[in-house]
Amino acid sequence: MSAVTETSTDVDRPPVIPRPWTAARITGHVFIVLWLMLGVAMVGYLVNAWNPDLFEKYAPYYLSGLLVTIKLVAISIVLGALLSIPIAYARMSKNKVLNALAYAYVYFFRGTPLLAQTFLIYYGLGSFRPQLEAVGLWTFFRDAWYCAVFAFSLNTAAYQAEILRGAIESVPKGQWEGAESLGLHKYQILRKIVLPQALIVALRPYGNEIILMIKGSAIVAIITVYDLMGETRRAYSRTFDFQTYLWAALIYLSMVETLRHGIEWIERRITKHLKR
Amino acid sequence: MENVWTLLSWGPQGWSDDIAWGVLVTVSLGLATLPVGLLIGFLVALAKQSPEPSLRIAGNVYTTIFRGLPELLTLFLVFYGAQIGLQQLLHFFSPGTNIEINSFVAGMVALGVVFSSYASEVFLSAFRAIPQGQYEGGYSIGLSKGQTMRLVVLPQLIKIALPGLANLWLILLKDTSLVSAIGLADILRQSGIAARVTKQAFLFFGFACLIYLVLAIISSFGINAIERWAGRREAQR
Repeated sequence: MSAVTETSTDVDRPPVIPRPWTAARITGHVFIVLWLMLGVAMVGYLVNAWNPDLFEKYAPYYLSGLLVTIKLVAISIVLGALLSIPIAYARMSKNKVLNALAYAYVYFFRGTPLLAQTFLIYYGLGSFRPQLEAVGLWTFFRDAWYCAVFAFSLNTAAYQAEILRGAIESVPKGQWEGAESLGLHKYQILRKIVLPQALIVALRPYGNEIILMIKGSAIVAIITVYDLMGETRRAYSRTFDFQTYLWAALIYLSMVETLRHGIEWIERRITKHLKR
Repeated sequence: MENVWTLLSWGPQGWSDDIAWGVLVTVSLGLATLPVGLLIGFLVALAKQSPEPSLRIAGNVYTTIFRGLPELLTLFLVFYGAQIGLQQLLHFFSPGTNIEINSFVAGMVALGVVFSSYASEVFLSAFRAIPQGQYEGGYSIGLSKGQTMRLVVLPQLIKIALPGLANLWLILLKDTSLVSAIGLADILRQSGIAARVTKQAFLFFGFACLIYLVLAIISSFGINAIERWAGRREAQR
Protein backbone atom coordinates (compact mmCIF):
# COMPACT_ATOMS: atom_id res chain seq x y z
CA MET A 1 0.00 0.00 0.00
CA SER A 2 2.74 2.41 1.00
CA ALA A 3 4.76 1.64 -2.13
CA VAL A 4 1.85 2.62 -4.28
CA THR A 5 1.36 5.96 -2.56
CA GLU A 6 5.08 6.71 -2.77
CA THR A 7 5.29 6.18 -6.50
CA SER A 8 2.01 7.86 -7.22
CA THR A 9 3.28 11.18 -5.89
CA ASP A 10 5.70 11.68 -8.75
CA VAL A 11 3.42 10.42 -11.50
CA ASP A 12 2.37 13.06 -13.99
CA ARG A 13 -1.32 13.61 -13.47
CA PRO A 14 -3.44 14.62 -16.44
CA PRO A 15 -4.12 18.31 -16.44
CA VAL A 16 -7.29 19.39 -14.70
CA ILE A 17 -9.98 20.06 -17.25
CA PRO A 18 -10.96 23.70 -16.94
CA ARG A 19 -14.61 24.15 -15.99
CA PRO A 20 -15.76 27.46 -17.34
CA TRP A 21 -18.77 29.24 -15.91
CA THR A 22 -21.25 28.18 -18.56
CA ALA A 23 -24.88 29.26 -18.50
CA ALA A 24 -25.87 25.84 -17.16
CA ARG A 25 -23.39 26.06 -14.32
CA ILE A 26 -24.51 29.54 -13.35
CA THR A 27 -28.19 28.53 -13.43
CA GLY A 28 -27.42 25.45 -11.35
CA HIS A 29 -25.61 27.47 -8.74
CA VAL A 30 -28.37 30.07 -8.68
CA PHE A 31 -30.96 27.37 -8.03
CA ILE A 32 -28.84 25.72 -5.36
CA VAL A 33 -28.44 29.07 -3.64
CA LEU A 34 -32.21 29.53 -3.89
CA TRP A 35 -32.83 26.13 -2.30
CA LEU A 36 -30.28 26.85 0.41
CA MET A 37 -31.91 30.20 1.11
CA LEU A 38 -35.30 28.53 1.31
CA GLY A 39 -33.91 25.89 3.66
CA VAL A 40 -32.18 28.48 5.84
CA ALA A 41 -35.32 30.61 5.85
CA MET A 42 -37.40 27.63 6.93
CA VAL A 43 -34.99 26.58 9.69
CA GLY A 44 -34.72 30.21 10.74
CA TYR A 45 -38.48 30.52 10.82
CA LEU A 46 -38.88 27.33 12.84
CA VAL A 47 -36.16 28.37 15.31
CA ASN A 48 -37.61 31.87 15.55
CA ALA A 49 -41.14 30.60 15.99
CA TRP A 50 -40.08 27.95 18.49
CA ASN A 51 -42.56 27.97 21.29
CA PRO A 52 -42.01 25.51 24.17
CA ASP A 53 -45.65 25.71 25.26
CA LEU A 54 -46.86 24.91 21.78
CA PHE A 55 -44.43 22.02 21.49
CA GLU A 56 -45.33 20.63 24.89
CA LYS A 57 -49.01 20.86 24.13
CA TYR A 58 -49.08 19.47 20.60
CA ALA A 59 -46.09 17.11 20.38
CA PRO A 60 -48.05 14.26 22.05
CA TYR A 61 -50.92 14.87 19.61
CA TYR A 62 -48.54 14.73 16.66
CA LEU A 63 -47.06 11.49 17.99
CA SER A 64 -50.47 9.88 18.38
CA GLY A 65 -51.41 11.17 14.91
CA LEU A 66 -48.26 9.64 13.47
CA LEU A 67 -49.14 6.33 15.10
CA VAL A 68 -52.67 6.49 13.67
CA THR A 69 -51.23 7.13 10.19
CA ILE A 70 -48.79 4.23 10.48
CA LYS A 71 -51.47 1.91 11.87
CA LEU A 72 -53.90 2.87 9.12
CA VAL A 73 -51.36 2.30 6.36
CA ALA A 74 -50.06 -0.96 7.85
CA ILE A 75 -53.51 -2.48 8.37
CA SER A 76 -54.77 -1.44 4.93
CA ILE A 77 -51.66 -2.66 3.15
CA VAL A 78 -51.88 -6.09 4.84
CA LEU A 79 -55.65 -6.45 4.31
CA GLY A 80 -55.24 -5.19 0.75
CA ALA A 81 -52.48 -7.73 0.11
CA LEU A 82 -54.73 -10.56 1.31
CA LEU A 83 -57.63 -9.30 -0.77
CA SER A 84 -55.46 -8.75 -3.83
CA ILE A 85 -54.62 -12.46 -4.16
CA PRO A 86 -58.10 -13.63 -5.21
CA ILE A 87 -58.51 -10.53 -7.40
CA ALA A 88 -55.22 -11.14 -9.19
CA TYR A 89 -56.22 -14.79 -9.57
CA ALA A 90 -59.55 -13.79 -11.10
CA ARG A 91 -57.83 -11.26 -13.37
CA MET A 92 -55.56 -14.00 -14.75
CA SER A 93 -58.20 -16.74 -14.95
CA LYS A 94 -59.61 -17.86 -18.28
CA ASN A 95 -63.14 -17.72 -16.92
CA LYS A 96 -64.70 -14.73 -18.73
CA VAL A 97 -67.17 -13.82 -15.97
CA LEU A 98 -64.54 -13.94 -13.23
CA ASN A 99 -62.14 -11.95 -15.36
CA ALA A 100 -64.71 -9.27 -16.16
CA LEU A 101 -65.68 -8.92 -12.50
CA ALA A 102 -62.09 -8.51 -11.40
CA TYR A 103 -61.45 -6.06 -14.25
CA ALA A 104 -64.47 -3.98 -13.24
CA TYR A 105 -63.32 -3.94 -9.61
CA VAL A 106 -59.81 -2.84 -10.52
CA TYR A 107 -61.07 -0.29 -13.04
CA PHE A 108 -63.47 1.27 -10.56
CA PHE A 109 -60.97 1.61 -7.74
CA ARG A 110 -58.16 2.83 -9.95
CA GLY A 111 -60.36 5.16 -11.97
CA THR A 112 -61.98 7.11 -9.14
CA PRO A 113 -60.30 9.30 -6.51
CA LEU A 114 -59.60 7.74 -3.14
CA LEU A 115 -61.33 10.71 -1.53
CA ALA A 116 -64.55 10.01 -3.44
CA GLN A 117 -64.37 6.32 -2.47
CA THR A 118 -63.87 7.24 1.18
CA PHE A 119 -66.84 9.62 1.05
CA LEU A 120 -68.93 6.97 -0.69
CA ILE A 121 -68.25 4.53 2.13
CA TYR A 122 -68.31 6.88 5.11
CA TYR A 123 -71.20 9.15 4.15
CA GLY A 124 -72.81 7.03 1.46
CA LEU A 125 -73.34 3.87 3.45
CA GLY A 126 -75.19 5.99 6.01
CA SER A 127 -78.09 5.91 3.53
CA PHE A 128 -78.44 2.21 4.26
CA ARG A 129 -78.52 2.58 8.01
CA PRO A 130 -81.67 0.44 8.62
CA GLN A 131 -80.34 -2.39 6.49
CA LEU A 132 -76.89 -2.21 8.09
CA GLU A 133 -78.43 -2.12 11.56
CA ALA A 134 -80.44 -5.21 10.67
CA VAL A 135 -77.27 -7.18 9.89
CA GLY A 136 -75.39 -5.63 12.82
CA LEU A 137 -72.75 -3.87 10.71
CA TRP A 138 -73.83 -0.34 11.58
CA THR A 139 -71.40 0.04 14.49
CA PHE A 140 -68.63 -0.77 12.01
CA PHE A 141 -69.66 1.70 9.31
CA ARG A 142 -70.60 4.43 11.77
CA ASP A 143 -67.00 4.85 12.81
CA ALA A 144 -64.78 7.03 10.61
CA TRP A 145 -61.69 4.99 11.46
CA TYR A 146 -63.20 1.66 10.36
CA CYS A 147 -64.59 3.26 7.22
CA ALA A 148 -61.16 4.66 6.38
CA VAL A 149 -59.51 1.26 6.89
CA PHE A 150 -62.24 -0.37 4.79
CA ALA A 151 -61.98 2.14 1.93
CA PHE A 152 -58.17 2.12 1.92
CA SER A 153 -58.02 -1.69 1.96
CA LEU A 154 -60.39 -1.97 -0.99
CA ASN A 155 -58.47 0.71 -2.87
CA THR A 156 -55.00 -0.69 -2.30
CA ALA A 157 -56.25 -4.21 -3.05
CA ALA A 158 -57.05 -3.09 -6.60
CA TYR A 159 -53.59 -1.57 -7.08
CA GLN A 160 -51.82 -4.49 -5.43
CA ALA A 161 -53.73 -6.99 -7.57
CA GLU A 162 -52.40 -5.26 -10.68
CA ILE A 163 -48.87 -5.25 -9.26
CA LEU A 164 -49.11 -8.96 -8.44
CA ARG A 165 -50.55 -9.80 -11.85
CA GLY A 166 -47.90 -7.80 -13.66
CA ALA A 167 -45.13 -9.41 -11.66
CA ILE A 168 -46.39 -12.96 -12.20
CA GLU A 169 -46.89 -12.33 -15.91
CA SER A 170 -43.37 -10.91 -16.15
CA VAL A 171 -41.96 -14.37 -15.39
CA PRO A 172 -41.29 -16.04 -18.74
CA LYS A 173 -43.55 -18.88 -19.80
CA GLY A 174 -40.57 -21.18 -20.09
CA GLN A 175 -40.22 -21.15 -16.33
CA TRP A 176 -43.69 -22.68 -15.97
CA GLU A 177 -43.04 -25.19 -18.73
CA GLY A 178 -39.65 -26.16 -17.35
CA ALA A 179 -41.08 -26.74 -13.90
CA GLU A 180 -44.00 -28.68 -15.34
CA SER A 181 -41.63 -30.94 -17.23
CA LEU A 182 -39.93 -31.69 -13.92
CA GLY A 183 -43.28 -32.96 -12.69
CA LEU A 184 -43.99 -30.17 -10.18
CA HIS A 185 -47.55 -29.44 -9.20
CA LYS A 186 -49.03 -26.12 -10.29
CA TYR A 187 -49.10 -24.82 -6.74
CA GLN A 188 -45.50 -25.90 -6.16
CA ILE A 189 -44.39 -24.14 -9.34
CA LEU A 190 -46.08 -20.95 -8.24
CA ARG A 191 -44.59 -21.06 -4.75
CA LYS A 192 -41.07 -22.25 -5.50
CA ILE A 193 -40.32 -21.05 -9.03
CA VAL A 194 -42.55 -18.21 -10.12
CA LEU A 195 -43.22 -16.20 -6.97
CA PRO A 196 -39.56 -15.83 -5.91
CA GLN A 197 -38.80 -14.33 -9.31
CA ALA A 198 -42.00 -12.32 -9.47
CA LEU A 199 -41.55 -10.74 -6.06
CA ILE A 200 -38.20 -9.27 -7.08
CA VAL A 201 -40.00 -7.48 -9.89
CA ALA A 202 -42.86 -6.53 -7.58
CA LEU A 203 -40.71 -5.09 -4.79
CA ARG A 204 -40.37 -1.61 -6.23
CA PRO A 205 -44.04 -1.20 -7.18
CA TYR A 206 -45.04 -2.50 -3.75
CA GLY A 207 -42.75 0.05 -2.15
CA ASN A 208 -44.27 2.78 -4.28
CA GLU A 209 -47.72 1.62 -3.29
CA ILE A 210 -46.84 1.89 0.41
CA ILE A 211 -45.48 5.39 -0.18
CA LEU A 212 -48.63 6.34 -2.10
CA MET A 213 -50.73 5.01 0.77
CA ILE A 214 -48.80 7.03 3.34
CA LYS A 215 -49.32 10.15 1.25
CA GLY A 216 -52.92 9.26 0.46
CA SER A 217 -53.72 8.55 4.08
CA ALA A 218 -53.62 12.30 4.72
CA ILE A 219 -57.13 12.58 3.28
CA VAL A 220 -58.70 10.72 6.20
CA ALA A 221 -58.30 14.01 8.07
CA ILE A 222 -61.25 15.23 6.00
CA ILE A 223 -63.54 12.52 7.43
CA THR A 224 -62.44 13.42 10.99
CA VAL A 225 -59.92 10.69 11.66
CA TYR A 226 -57.14 12.27 13.70
CA ASP A 227 -54.09 11.00 11.86
CA LEU A 228 -50.96 13.12 11.45
CA MET A 229 -52.76 15.40 8.99
CA GLY A 230 -55.85 15.57 11.20
CA GLU A 231 -53.81 16.55 14.25
CA THR A 232 -52.02 19.14 12.15
CA ARG A 233 -55.28 20.65 10.99
CA ARG A 234 -56.57 20.68 14.55
CA ALA A 235 -53.38 22.32 15.84
CA TYR A 236 -53.53 24.93 13.05
CA SER A 237 -57.18 25.72 13.62
CA ARG A 238 -56.47 26.36 17.30
CA THR A 239 -53.23 28.31 17.03
CA PHE A 240 -53.20 29.75 13.49
CA ASP A 241 -49.49 29.10 13.64
CA PHE A 242 -48.14 28.10 10.24
CA GLN A 243 -45.27 26.11 11.72
CA THR A 244 -47.77 23.33 12.51
CA TYR A 245 -47.96 22.55 8.79
CA LEU A 246 -44.20 22.78 8.34
CA TRP A 247 -43.62 20.22 11.11
CA ALA A 248 -46.11 17.88 9.48
CA ALA A 249 -44.34 18.33 6.14
CA LEU A 250 -41.00 17.47 7.75
CA ILE A 251 -42.43 14.34 9.39
CA TYR A 252 -44.11 13.11 6.19
CA LEU A 253 -41.01 13.85 4.13
CA SER A 254 -38.67 12.00 6.48
CA MET A 255 -41.09 9.05 6.64
CA VAL A 256 -41.30 8.74 2.86
CA GLU A 257 -37.57 9.24 2.33
CA THR A 258 -36.67 6.61 4.95
CA LEU A 259 -39.01 4.15 3.31
CA ARG A 260 -37.71 4.91 -0.18
CA HIS A 261 -34.08 4.41 0.84
CA GLY A 262 -35.01 1.25 2.79
CA ILE A 263 -36.65 -0.23 -0.29
CA GLU A 264 -33.68 0.66 -2.46
CA TRP A 265 -31.41 -1.04 0.08
CA ILE A 266 -33.54 -4.20 0.09
CA GLU A 267 -33.61 -4.18 -3.70
CA ARG A 268 -29.82 -3.95 -3.86
CA ARG A 269 -29.57 -6.87 -1.42
CA ILE A 270 -31.98 -9.22 -3.15
CA THR A 271 -30.82 -8.55 -6.70
CA LYS A 272 -27.15 -9.17 -5.94
CA HIS A 273 -27.20 -12.43 -7.89
CA LEU A 274 -28.55 -10.65 -10.98
CA LYS A 275 -25.77 -8.05 -11.15
CA ARG A 276 -22.91 -8.73 -13.50
CA MET B 1 -88.38 9.64 -0.54
CA GLU B 2 -88.07 11.61 -3.71
CA ASN B 3 -87.60 9.94 -7.00
CA VAL B 4 -83.99 9.25 -7.89
CA TRP B 5 -84.48 10.55 -11.40
CA THR B 6 -85.95 13.80 -10.15
CA LEU B 7 -82.92 14.29 -7.95
CA LEU B 8 -80.57 13.64 -10.82
CA SER B 9 -82.51 15.73 -13.32
CA TRP B 10 -81.49 19.04 -14.80
CA GLY B 11 -83.18 22.10 -13.35
CA PRO B 12 -84.38 23.51 -10.05
CA GLN B 13 -85.48 20.15 -8.66
CA GLY B 14 -82.50 18.15 -9.77
CA TRP B 15 -78.84 18.46 -9.05
CA SER B 16 -77.34 17.63 -12.43
CA ASP B 17 -76.82 21.26 -13.36
CA ASP B 18 -74.95 21.95 -10.11
CA ILE B 19 -72.80 18.88 -10.54
CA ALA B 20 -72.15 19.80 -14.18
CA TRP B 21 -70.62 23.04 -12.90
CA GLY B 22 -68.40 20.90 -10.70
CA VAL B 23 -67.36 18.84 -13.72
CA LEU B 24 -66.46 22.05 -15.52
CA VAL B 25 -64.34 23.20 -12.56
CA THR B 26 -62.60 19.82 -12.26
CA VAL B 27 -61.84 19.57 -15.96
CA SER B 28 -60.68 23.17 -16.30
CA LEU B 29 -58.46 22.81 -13.23
CA GLY B 30 -56.91 19.69 -14.75
CA LEU B 31 -56.49 21.30 -18.16
CA ALA B 32 -55.03 24.48 -16.64
CA THR B 33 -52.54 22.51 -14.56
CA LEU B 34 -51.41 20.24 -17.38
CA PRO B 35 -49.36 22.67 -19.54
CA VAL B 36 -47.73 24.30 -16.51
CA GLY B 37 -46.85 20.94 -15.02
CA LEU B 38 -45.54 19.61 -18.33
CA LEU B 39 -43.35 22.65 -18.90
CA ILE B 40 -41.86 22.69 -15.39
CA GLY B 41 -41.47 18.92 -15.47
CA PHE B 42 -39.57 19.12 -18.74
CA LEU B 43 -37.28 21.85 -17.45
CA VAL B 44 -36.59 19.90 -14.25
CA ALA B 45 -35.85 16.79 -16.32
CA LEU B 46 -33.44 18.85 -18.46
CA ALA B 47 -31.70 19.94 -15.26
CA LYS B 48 -31.55 16.39 -13.91
CA GLN B 49 -29.94 14.96 -17.03
CA SER B 50 -27.44 17.77 -17.50
CA PRO B 51 -23.72 17.08 -17.05
CA GLU B 52 -23.59 19.98 -14.58
CA PRO B 53 -23.72 18.58 -11.02
CA SER B 54 -25.19 21.69 -9.41
CA LEU B 55 -28.17 21.64 -11.81
CA ARG B 56 -28.69 17.93 -11.12
CA ILE B 57 -28.74 18.49 -7.38
CA ALA B 58 -31.16 21.40 -7.67
CA GLY B 59 -33.50 19.27 -9.80
CA ASN B 60 -33.30 16.29 -7.49
CA VAL B 61 -34.14 18.42 -4.45
CA TYR B 62 -37.28 19.61 -6.24
CA THR B 63 -38.47 16.07 -7.01
CA THR B 64 -37.59 14.73 -3.58
CA ILE B 65 -39.59 17.40 -1.80
CA PHE B 66 -42.72 17.37 -3.91
CA ARG B 67 -42.90 13.63 -4.40
CA GLY B 68 -42.46 13.05 -0.69
CA LEU B 69 -45.17 15.35 0.57
CA PRO B 70 -48.81 14.26 0.61
CA GLU B 71 -50.75 16.11 -2.10
CA LEU B 72 -53.25 17.37 0.45
CA LEU B 73 -50.48 18.79 2.61
CA THR B 74 -48.88 20.49 -0.41
CA LEU B 75 -52.25 22.02 -1.16
CA PHE B 76 -52.62 23.36 2.37
CA LEU B 77 -49.02 24.59 2.42
CA VAL B 78 -49.66 26.54 -0.77
CA PHE B 79 -53.11 27.75 0.23
CA TYR B 80 -52.29 28.94 3.75
CA GLY B 81 -48.56 29.51 3.27
CA ALA B 82 -48.93 31.70 0.20
CA GLN B 83 -51.74 33.58 1.89
CA ILE B 84 -49.63 34.34 4.97
CA GLY B 85 -46.52 35.07 2.93
CA LEU B 86 -48.26 37.45 0.54
CA GLN B 87 -50.12 39.08 3.40
CA GLN B 88 -46.88 39.87 5.17
CA LEU B 89 -45.29 41.10 1.98
CA LEU B 90 -48.28 43.34 1.36
CA HIS B 91 -48.35 44.66 4.93
CA PHE B 92 -44.73 45.62 4.41
CA PHE B 93 -45.75 47.99 1.62
CA SER B 94 -49.26 49.02 2.56
CA PRO B 95 -50.43 47.98 6.00
CA GLY B 96 -54.08 47.27 6.54
CA THR B 97 -54.88 45.62 3.21
CA ASN B 98 -55.97 42.02 3.12
CA ILE B 99 -55.41 39.49 0.42
CA GLU B 100 -57.12 36.23 -0.28
CA ILE B 101 -55.66 33.49 -2.41
CA ASN B 102 -57.97 32.14 -5.05
CA SER B 103 -58.49 28.46 -4.28
CA PHE B 104 -58.39 27.67 -8.00
CA VAL B 105 -54.92 29.20 -8.30
CA ALA B 106 -53.76 27.51 -5.11
CA GLY B 107 -55.01 24.17 -6.43
CA MET B 108 -53.33 24.81 -9.76
CA VAL B 109 -49.99 25.61 -8.14
CA ALA B 110 -50.09 22.67 -5.72
CA LEU B 111 -51.20 20.12 -8.31
CA GLY B 112 -48.76 21.64 -10.80
CA VAL B 113 -45.70 21.15 -8.61
CA VAL B 114 -46.74 17.58 -7.73
CA PHE B 115 -47.47 16.79 -11.38
CA SER B 116 -44.23 18.34 -12.58
CA SER B 117 -42.09 16.41 -10.11
CA TYR B 118 -43.56 13.13 -11.34
CA ALA B 119 -43.44 14.28 -14.97
CA SER B 120 -39.75 15.13 -14.61
CA GLU B 121 -39.08 11.48 -13.76
CA VAL B 122 -41.02 10.34 -16.83
CA PHE B 123 -39.13 12.78 -19.06
CA LEU B 124 -35.84 11.76 -17.47
CA SER B 125 -36.32 8.10 -18.26
CA ALA B 126 -37.36 9.07 -21.79
CA PHE B 127 -34.16 11.12 -22.13
CA ARG B 128 -32.18 8.08 -21.07
CA ALA B 129 -33.87 5.97 -23.74
CA ILE B 130 -32.59 8.26 -26.52
CA PRO B 131 -29.15 7.18 -27.70
CA GLN B 132 -26.26 9.64 -27.57
CA GLY B 133 -25.85 9.16 -31.33
CA GLN B 134 -29.03 11.16 -31.95
CA TYR B 135 -27.41 14.26 -30.42
CA GLU B 136 -24.13 13.61 -32.21
CA GLY B 137 -25.96 13.13 -35.51
CA GLY B 138 -27.74 16.42 -34.98
CA TYR B 139 -24.51 18.27 -34.23
CA SER B 140 -22.70 16.66 -37.14
CA ILE B 141 -25.14 18.07 -39.68
CA GLY B 142 -24.60 21.48 -38.22
CA LEU B 143 -27.65 21.90 -35.99
CA SER B 144 -27.25 24.02 -32.91
CA LYS B 145 -27.93 22.67 -29.43
CA GLY B 146 -31.41 24.13 -29.34
CA GLN B 147 -32.23 22.92 -32.84
CA THR B 148 -31.04 19.40 -32.04
CA MET B 149 -33.24 19.36 -28.96
CA ARG B 150 -36.26 20.73 -30.79
CA LEU B 151 -36.02 18.93 -34.12
CA VAL B 152 -34.28 15.65 -33.30
CA VAL B 153 -34.68 14.77 -29.66
CA LEU B 154 -38.04 16.23 -28.70
CA PRO B 155 -40.20 14.38 -31.26
CA GLN B 156 -38.74 11.05 -30.14
CA LEU B 157 -38.90 12.05 -26.49
CA ILE B 158 -42.61 12.82 -26.61
CA LYS B 159 -43.36 9.47 -28.16
CA ILE B 160 -41.45 7.58 -25.48
CA ALA B 161 -42.83 9.67 -22.63
CA LEU B 162 -46.45 9.56 -23.80
CA PRO B 163 -47.65 6.45 -21.88
CA GLY B 164 -46.10 7.72 -18.65
CA LEU B 165 -47.57 11.18 -19.13
CA ALA B 166 -50.99 9.72 -19.91
CA ASN B 167 -50.84 7.87 -16.61
CA LEU B 168 -49.93 11.11 -14.83
CA TRP B 169 -52.89 12.88 -16.45
CA LEU B 170 -55.26 10.25 -15.02
CA ILE B 171 -53.64 10.69 -11.59
CA LEU B 172 -53.96 14.47 -11.92
CA LEU B 173 -57.65 14.14 -12.76
CA LYS B 174 -58.17 12.14 -9.57
CA ASP B 175 -56.03 14.48 -7.48
CA THR B 176 -58.19 17.44 -8.45
CA SER B 177 -60.77 16.02 -6.02
CA LEU B 178 -58.53 17.25 -3.18
CA VAL B 179 -59.31 20.89 -3.96
CA SER B 180 -62.78 20.30 -2.53
CA ALA B 181 -61.01 20.46 0.85
CA ILE B 182 -60.06 24.12 0.30
CA GLY B 183 -63.52 25.06 -0.83
CA LEU B 184 -63.36 24.91 -4.61
CA ALA B 185 -66.70 23.78 -6.03
CA ASP B 186 -65.51 20.73 -7.94
CA ILE B 187 -67.42 17.50 -8.64
CA LEU B 188 -66.91 16.10 -5.18
CA ARG B 189 -67.87 19.24 -3.31
CA GLN B 190 -70.99 19.81 -5.39
CA SER B 191 -72.12 16.22 -4.87
CA GLY B 192 -71.31 16.58 -1.19
CA ILE B 193 -73.65 19.58 -1.00
CA ALA B 194 -76.32 17.66 -2.88
CA ALA B 195 -75.84 14.71 -0.53
CA ARG B 196 -76.22 16.87 2.54
CA VAL B 197 -79.31 18.67 1.31
CA THR B 198 -81.16 15.63 -0.01
CA LYS B 199 -79.83 13.08 2.52
CA GLN B 200 -79.10 10.77 -0.41
CA ALA B 201 -75.36 10.45 0.20
CA PHE B 202 -74.85 7.11 -1.48
CA LEU B 203 -76.65 8.20 -4.63
CA PHE B 204 -74.67 11.41 -5.07
CA PHE B 205 -71.23 10.13 -4.09
CA GLY B 206 -71.82 7.11 -6.31
CA PHE B 207 -72.81 9.51 -9.08
CA ALA B 208 -69.60 11.48 -8.48
CA CYS B 209 -67.54 8.28 -8.74
CA LEU B 210 -69.29 7.45 -12.00
CA ILE B 211 -68.48 10.90 -13.40
CA TYR B 212 -64.81 10.41 -12.54
CA LEU B 213 -64.93 7.02 -14.27
CA VAL B 214 -66.50 8.57 -17.36
CA LEU B 215 -63.83 11.29 -17.38
CA ALA B 216 -61.16 8.59 -17.16
CA ILE B 217 -62.74 6.66 -20.04
CA ILE B 218 -63.00 9.79 -22.20
CA SER B 219 -59.37 10.59 -21.37
CA SER B 220 -58.21 7.15 -22.39
CA PHE B 221 -59.95 7.59 -25.75
CA GLY B 222 -58.15 10.90 -26.16
CA ILE B 223 -54.85 9.37 -25.13
CA ASN B 224 -55.28 6.55 -27.63
CA ALA B 225 -55.92 9.09 -30.38
CA ILE B 226 -52.79 11.05 -29.45
CA GLU B 227 -50.73 7.88 -29.33
CA ARG B 228 -51.98 6.86 -32.76
CA TRP B 229 -51.11 10.30 -34.06
CA ALA B 230 -47.61 10.12 -32.59
CA GLY B 231 -47.14 6.63 -33.99
CA ARG B 232 -48.33 7.60 -37.47
CA ARG B 233 -45.69 10.28 -37.78
CA GLU B 234 -43.08 7.66 -37.03
CA ALA B 235 -44.40 5.38 -39.78
CA GLN B 236 -44.26 8.12 -42.39
CA ARG B 237 -40.57 8.72 -41.94
